[in-house]
Amino acid sequence: MALTETPMQAERAQTVFEKSKPGRRAAALPEAGVPEKPLDELIPEKLLRSEPPRLPEIAEPEIVRHYNRLSRRNFDLDSGFYPLGSCTMKHNPRLNERVAALPGHARLHPAQDPRRAQGALELMWLLQESLSEICGLPHVSLQPSAGSHGELAGLLLTRAYHADRGEQRTKVLAPDTSHGTNPASVTMAGYEVVKVATNERGGVEMDDLRAKLAENDGEVACLMLTNPNTLGVFDENIAEIAALIHEAGGTLYYDGANLNAVMGHSRPGDMGFDIVHVNLHKSFSQPHGGGGPGAGPIAVSDRIEPFLPRPQVVRREDSNGHGPSYGLDFERPKSIGRLRGFQGNFGVFVRSYAYILSLGADGLAEASEIAVLNANYLKARLAQGRAGKHLPIAFDRHCMHEFVLSGRPMKRELGLATLDLAKRLLDFGFHPPTVYFPLLVDEALMVEPTETETKESLDAFADAVEQILAEAEANPDLAKNAPYTTPVRRLDEVRATRHPVVRQQL
Amino acid sequence: MLDAIGVDSLAELFAQIPEPLRQGERLGLSPGMSEEEVYEQLRVLAERNADAEEQVCFIGAGMYDHYVPAIVDAITSRSEFLTPYTPYQPEISQGGLQVMFEFQTAMSELTALPVSNAALYEGPSSVASAGYLAIGATKRRRFVVSRGLHPHSRETLKTYAVGFDAEVVEVGIEGGLTNAAELAEAVDGETAAVFLQNPNFLGAVEDVEALGATAKEHGALLVVACDPMTLGVLKPPGECGADIALGEGQPLGNRLDFGGPSFGFFCATEEQIRRMPGRIAGETEDVDGRRGFVLALQTREQHIRREKATNNICTAQALNALAAMVHLAWLGRQGFRELGELLVQRTAYARERLTAVSGVELLHEAPVAREFALRLEAPVETVLDRCAERGIAAGYPLGRDYPEFEDGLLIAITERRTKAQIDELAEALEAATTASRGSFCTDDVQKEPRKEVAR
Repeated sequence: MALTETPMQAERAQTVFEKSKPGRRAAALPEAGVPEKPLDELIPEKLLRSEPPRLPEIAEPEIVRHYNRLSRRNFDLDSGFYPLGSCTMKHNPRLNERVAALPGHARLHPAQDPRRAQGALELMWLLQESLSEICGLPHVSLQPSAGSHGELAGLLLTRAYHADRGEQRTKVLAPDTSHGTNPASVTMAGYEVVKVATNERGGVEMDDLRAKLAENDGEVACLMLTNPNTLGVFDENIAEIAALIHEAGGTLYYDGANLNAVMGHSRPGDMGFDIVHVNLHKSFSQPHGGGGPGAGPIAVSDRIEPFLPRPQVVRREDSNGHGPSYGLDFERPKSIGRLRGFQGNFGVFVRSYAYILSLGADGLAEASEIAVLNANYLKARLAQGRAGKHLPIAFDRHCMHEFVLSGRPMKRELGLATLDLAKRLLDFGFHPPTVYFPLLVDEALMVEPTETETKESLDAFADAVEQILAEAEANPDLAKNAPYTTPVRRLDEVRATRHPVVRQQL
Repeated sequence: MLDAIGVDSLAELFAQIPEPLRQGERLGLSPGMSEEEVYEQLRVLAERNADAEEQVCFIGAGMYDHYVPAIVDAITSRSEFLTPYTPYQPEISQGGLQVMFEFQTAMSELTALPVSNAALYEGPSSVASAGYLAIGATKRRRFVVSRGLHPHSRETLKTYAVGFDAEVVEVGIEGGLTNAAELAEAVDGETAAVFLQNPNFLGAVEDVEALGATAKEHGALLVVACDPMTLGVLKPPGECGADIALGEGQPLGNRLDFGGPSFGFFCATEEQIRRMPGRIAGETEDVDGRRGFVLALQTREQHIRREKATNNICTAQALNALAAMVHLAWLGRQGFRELGELLVQRTAYARERLTAVSGVELLHEAPVAREFALRLEAPVETVLDRCAERGIAAGYPLGRDYPEFEDGLLIAITERRTKAQIDELAEALEAATTASRGSFCTDDVQKEPRKEVAR
């Protein structure tokens, strides 16, 4: 391929610090307007800073240009298809941004007296009720800040539950297909991970589960599961799995990253799960922000409820003719305590509640239906032609909202690694699927289209994959050296780890 | 589409869910609504909150009513920043990655520590993450914590410590400041980290260097939580011997949002770089030698290291960190310093003005930067109610977290709080104290407070 440098590529990256010129500035601050005293009369000199931090000196128009320029160097969901498995990159309705920005939400101090924050507490309570209904579990805490925070909460809840019964358990089971956050959370909660194998249908290998339970008799605190799992398939044995874990005295934890497949169709609580986390930045449309913010509320069963984090949002029924009121309950003697400051990522709650109101009961169920339809359609498209030959589906059955392909034949036959295909997709204007996960599939590509994509975008993606594979049959180097059109080309990630440069030198 | 899949109906696709687990009835939620209906419902809920637009807000306690410049909203609402995923594909994520790199530089400058990550959830859980790092670094499991550390941070650390199998020992406050003798006594050879906050929860500026010396003597890490808005004026933690400086990032470019989303910043010495929690952007080159940015040191992270990761964090607060970076660029080197000085001057005035009110005195006389604590003769909750009737959120009642300060009120100053508003608060405190002295009748205090006209 002829390499002509694009204008964006020709422009060398410069940080805002490098654009700084002494004396320039944007902000004009108000006068103090009070009688002033020398600083060192107010605070002893030894506690004062001698030189101000070297923040950039730059005028407002240049700040705007700088960040607009940077924004153009990002791919985003509003620009194109984002079939990133396990990430649920669905459309982010702009209404949600508008209602989150209402001053009554955005400028409400978190320590405001609950009597003067009734609207916010009612909204939180309504969201709790909605999530409780969707998950099929009676109690919800909105406190965790993201999925992994919810996992940690779930494990600390499990620990508290067992401690309350006078038990000390040390192991947590997790399938080899689990998200990386699961084992990381297990370690942070002071447990040891025991891996459970996957069967030929993509579900939990029941014999291995029984064996692991027997080997660790009385030691298993919890099983963490995603259902549908990271292979995109629903584990048909879930009722039996739940029975085995409960019989062994453990709790069953639901990683809600894949909840988008089953909303209104099947509820984790009905499957036998004790604790569920919900990623509001996945299933409930909170924009991903380039890596947050999100929120990871948890829903739990009655036996876990006493241990929920403090404070808990509660509704108090009318006592004097004024209607119900809402409050923060701190009097929870068995609570695991706080997981963070104040009440949680309230701005995210507003957006997700607006989303739930917009869709309603039928809309949520339909969202899951279309998510599953889109995934199966794209899977069928990719089972044809060259994709079908070089990129076979890892577990050949109907999928739920996502599916996993293996790039192993592609690598063997065309010399193309999954990474090469991913990088070439960038030139076609697509965000690649999740790659090299789950770990048990060789050269994995995990595809989740979501319900907000049209048939046309799914077709266009399938066509692009076909074209890349056709190119590769003729000239594999084309993909191996991709991308060509992005603001930068393949980056040296090894160097960034061996010799980390993590700030601008000034 | 069904034809292409080879099924007759959607139901066939859901048949993999065993029948007893399939939901028979629709969810017990309301039917869907139009955009204007949803807007109206949420607007009505929002109206029932006394926000800082309609009440003059003197509440701080970790989150502050700063002015967020319009440029922050303009940039953070761009689709290109609002809607991407985590930058796992660096070639198409250079904008976000460079923002992280710039943010890290800014936080490193503020704290005077060489390494920063690209943000964690918020302040208190960042404190807990520092505890986890300290255990990894020292192989010890004992935390010594000043009671000047935010009560939410202390409680969060205790929650996490159960999982870490670590002990948390608290050290008291004397005259508004961490009790140095008690601290020296508490730190020993088993201590993984000493946790201080500066300014502490009561607003007092601590001598971090002097207090931290104890940690150094015993080989424990010194962790300092700080208010980023004071770092233009106060000696930065990196110059006071801190191994880790962290804190609640909300004052930088983020809304109050009833407590979140905001972000936590987390900076450390070079020595800790491979133990850091969260994402870190690093500089590198592409195959043609162009400068570029990637997620560096990913081998610390959960998606690579799984159970051996330095932390479990995945999705964090990238957009909130961008807001902070834009706010800091807008303030700039001089503006940031000036803002810090403005806060100190107005706070000094407010402290003097309010203690001139009869029945109001200082809770401590230690130096302060932007927040200070008072003792009230009249019951704090009653005073707060009376001030609320006048459209003032007078502060944070310390009795919520410190039984020993049942009569304490914590008052925060931002650049939005003018002299006139401070004077008005003084009048309100005066009136509330007088009313409480003169009358035992409960009049209308118990009523749901009426909303005042926005000022």
